[in-house]
Amino acid sequence: MADSHATAVEAAVPNPELRHHFADMEQQKNAASLGMWLFLVTEIMFFGGMFCAYLIYRFRYFDAFAAGSQSLDVRLGAFNTAVLLVSSLTVVLAVRAAQDGKRHQLVAYLAITVVLGLTFLGVKAVEYAEKFEKHHVPGPTFQFTDTYNRNGEQVHLNADEVPHAQMFFAVYFAMTGMHALHMIIGCGLFTVLAVLAWKGRYSPGYFTPIENGGLYWHLVDIIWIYLFPLLYLIDRHH
Amino acid sequence: MAGQVDALYIYLVLVSAVMIVLIYLAVAFFAVKYRRSKGHAPHQIEGSTILEIGWSVIPFGVMLTFFIWGALLYFKERTPPSDATEVYVVAKQWMWKIEHMEGQREINELHVPVGQNIKLVMTSQDVIHSFFVPAFRIKQDVLPGRYTTLWFKATQAGTYHLFCAEYCGTSHSGMVGSIIVMEPQDYAQWLTGGPSVPLSEAGKQLFSSLGCSTCHRFDTQGRGPNLQGAFGKPVLLEDGRTVTMDDNYVRESILNPTAKIVNGFKPIMPTFQGLISDEQLNALVAYVKSLNQPPAGTASQAAASPAGQPQKVQVQ
Amino acid sequence: MASAAIPANQIPETKTNYLTNGYSLKSWLLTTDHKRIAVLYLISITAFFFLGGFFAMLIRLELLTPASDLMHADTYNKAFTMHGMIMVFFFLIPVVPATLGNFLVPMMIGAKDLAFPRINLLSWYLYIIGGGLILHCMLTGGVDTGWTFYTPFSTAFTNTKIIEAGLAAFIAGFSSIFTGLNFIVTIHRMRAPGLTWSRLPLFIWAQYATSIIMILGTPVVAITIVLVAVERLFHLGIFDPRLGGDPLLFQHLFWFYSHPAVYIMILPSMGVISELITAFSRKRVFGYRFVALSSIAIAVIGFLVWAHHMFVAGISLYAAMIFSFLTFFVGVPSAIKVFNWTATLYKGSISYATPMLYAFGFIGLFTIGGLTGLFLATLGIDVHVTDTYFVVAHFHYVMVGGVVMGFLGGMHFWWPKISGRLYPEGWAKLSALLVFVGFNLTFFPQFILGYLGMPRRYADYSAMPDFQVLNVLSTAGASVLAVGYLLPMIYFLWSLRYGPRAEANPWAAAGLEWMTASPPPTFNFDETPVVTWEAYNYEELDHLKEQKEVAVG
Repeated sequence: MADSHATAVEAAVPNPELRHHFADMEQQKNAASLGMWLFLVTEIMFFGGMFCAYLIYRFRYFDAFAAGSQSLDVRLGAFNTAVLLVSSLTVVLAVRAAQDGKRHQLVAYLAITVVLGLTFLGVKAVEYAEKFEKHHVPGPTFQFTDTYNRNGEQVHLNADEVPHAQMFFAVYFAMTGMHALHMIIGCGLFTVLAVLAWKGRYSPGYFTPIENGGLYWHLVDIIWIYLFPLLYLIDRHH
Repeated sequence: MAGQVDALYIYLVLVSAVMIVLIYLAVAFFAVKYRRSKGHAPHQIEGSTILEIGWSVIPFGVMLTFFIWGALLYFKERTPPSDATEVYVVAKQWMWKIEHMEGQREINELHVPVGQNIKLVMTSQDVIHSFFVPAFRIKQDVLPGRYTTLWFKATQAGTYHLFCAEYCGTSHSGMVGSIIVMEPQDYAQWLTGGPSVPLSEAGKQLFSSLGCSTCHRFDTQGRGPNLQGAFGKPVLLEDGRTVTMDDNYVRESILNPTAKIVNGFKPIMPTFQGLISDEQLNALVAYVKSLNQPPAGTASQAAASPAGQPQKVQVQ
Repeated sequence: MASAAIPANQIPETKTNYLTNGYSLKSWLLTTDHKRIAVLYLISITAFFFLGGFFAMLIRLELLTPASDLMHADTYNKAFTMHGMIMVFFFLIPVVPATLGNFLVPMMIGAKDLAFPRINLLSWYLYIIGGGLILHCMLTGGVDTGWTFYTPFSTAFTNTKIIEAGLAAFIAGFSSIFTGLNFIVTIHRMRAPGLTWSRLPLFIWAQYATSIIMILGTPVVAITIVLVAVERLFHLGIFDPRLGGDPLLFQHLFWFYSHPAVYIMILPSMGVISELITAFSRKRVFGYRFVALSSIAIAVIGFLVWAHHMFVAGISLYAAMIFSFLTFFVGVPSAIKVFNWTATLYKGSISYATPMLYAFGFIGLFTIGGLTGLFLATLGIDVHVTDTYFVVAHFHYVMVGGVVMGFLGGMHFWWPKISGRLYPEGWAKLSALLVFVGFNLTFFPQFILGYLGMPRRYADYSAMPDFQVLNVLSTAGASVLAVGYLLPMIYFLWSLRYGPRAEANPWAAAGLEWMTASPPPTFNFDETPVVTWEAYNYEELDHLKEQKEVAVG
């Protein structure tokens, strides 16, 4: 096979994790982290399209977006934000533990991160379920009868604006759904990392996957940090 | 307009031809003169910043002439003269429906008089289409949910092709028609043929049958804004913005009334989304527009005091 | 190096190379060797090219007569959609980066492989999955939206297989994102000692610029396609005016990627042309820095011009003017390249080998394609010619006349390196000529058709039968072109068995890839090269050769 370990014949290679085509561990590490950063750039562009759609329609259908936004449960959103912030901290601690070669700590922090991620997803599921009950899911059965705060008074959304409230929920589901998908991938990824860490795959000399996984987690976290105010908070200034 | 487009086109073709000939000749000349042969060593040259700047700046200068000429022409193509006669166009898979102000309706044919500026106010019932008359060198996409406009002045009687230029499904290539340009007297003759209710008249009937007139009264007492003389004027909205009352504003206000509330009014108008067809919408817009023109014979009076006229026009 | 582990039962001249390092199917399908992956790509992309070409022939045959008589309008619509989708997503975008780029990027910079060999293999599998989906979609009903998926037609008015086709494009998009990511990291981190940025071959610069676009643009079209699919499934209405959505938003998002995608296609071929022109005039390229940076300039400015596809779509007058103005800026770096290539010929020692003929062909066709692009950027003209055959002719001049000429030129140039064999020069020259003549015969008449007003995507032009003469010419040209494209495939395959063996550097060309055996060993270089010279050091090379000749003589 092309990917044979023939290179091992060469001069003593200190780290078994060094892949054949790199000169040394440093080059390998630099390549991996540059690769990860570039991947994060593509992720930002990926979400960028949806942020763009959000901005355009929010500008165009201001009232409907306000009404839609106010119908979201800000407490659940805030709770989820806190969960994600804590999870980012545990990720940092995990990377730190890997750096110091503390295997048990590393596994523990990775596991906590996964649990926090699942908590986030659980809360999200509760929120989605509520949307289904209230017929806030875009589609033929969509309804919107909530009142909302318009310049200080509680009013119903005008009938002609209801389709635009549907647009709010379309954007809401598209953005949070795509974000949740990234969370699911992140939880899967961290579970794998935790198992590998348990098996002792990582050492202070080689923990690039932990670092890169952490970068991914932080990005998903940051995207939520933008989603939360845009979707939940933006019309609560009264 | 066609002549002006052709003139610019010829200019572009000439400039391009010169460029192509220069490049081809240079390549051919170098390829032959410096072909590989014994005892003929290549002469290494690093490059020349002056040349680089030269062949960046000079072509860009030439391109700027393209841009300026093209933009001026485009501006003209996109700005209908104020005296243009309006014709409504509704596109659908796969036909063009035309409505004249005088009430004539046609399908896949548009009759117009020579020498008259024609402004098309177009919308689509389904997907995006594009109104393309090659002979006039004009084209404009026709979108669902809003109006786009296009104008032309035919200078020669005859029949010209009308194509749909934006792919719209199965019979896209069958969505063709003709523009029939007639001498003014023939056109007048054509207009008299067949029974017809002027578009604004149809709109007026709708205006009353849909109940618009109960709120949009022609005085200051109505629950909705007085529409008389309002078309084409700026409107102050309740959020402080100012918009011009044009075709798209009237359309939006019928379908999505609370989107842009006029300052001083409440958002109480119901939506007509899904309740009226694009043709009816066109008739209403035409009627609102006609409220600007004083009824024949009372021009001076109307201009002086628009508020004095309502009783005449009002239906109820 | 690799041979060290293998018993010395090999004949010295057929030392193990990447082709002989394992013959099993598994050794190919699970390889992480960038060269083998390049070969896998080459085979699959060629297959898609001929499939796309088959649809092109169907289109040309239908247009032989004005009436829609060969096939029903629906079938025609599906045929041009398939032609567009296959050619754009499965041929033009990956063709040069995934084949020549994959093979050459590590070799040209003196690396053993790309930075992420397994991701590279994953790219190919994604390509195959995407390709399989599009084939499945084609066989089970097809799509009829055109490759542009314009809404609301695609979201609400067609009942063909949009979601499947969209998914295919989405997956193929990720294949190219990963390729781009791999290239950028490799070029940044894995250059041989001494190979500074200013010594990089221009092909590498072009690949680098291309990769930037792949990374920044492809995700946007990916999410756009996802939104179209989701909108179809759940009636979201983001692009549907009946629900308050805006179909123009789709066009903005789509062209934000798909215009730069044009540069994903053409830039790598431009890189190839820079290599060919220098190698066959035995000269350092004229104005190296300008040619290199013009690639980056094209990549950057290419992101600022997308709305020039929408001058009649209903954008505002002033938006149109700004985008028209910006579009002319892209013209400048493209012009710089053409002028510098021409200037490189000056006082060179020019050979008429087949790759050089393709390079001449590229300059000829790309010049026309580029200049007619200026017509389309000129607002007053665009209104008339957009969505007509003028546009079709323009982008085929750039895409086929540019990209494919560059690809074929590069294939001939590097074929000895890839296969270790020489192709038959006479046949190759004939095919280069056929391609050039056939191409012009096919597409030049379409400029005239467009200005006369023949709209694109018409199955039936019986309303204007006088367009037939030019259409017949075009179809005739397409037949010549088809022969021109089939020939290389035949003689390349023939040469695999019967072609004379190639030495390491049959063209006496500069570049690290020529300093190792043909075909190269699995890890490219026996020793990592140390670079002490500038790119295209033909003077030194010729000097060395003379010395050698003198010594031997």
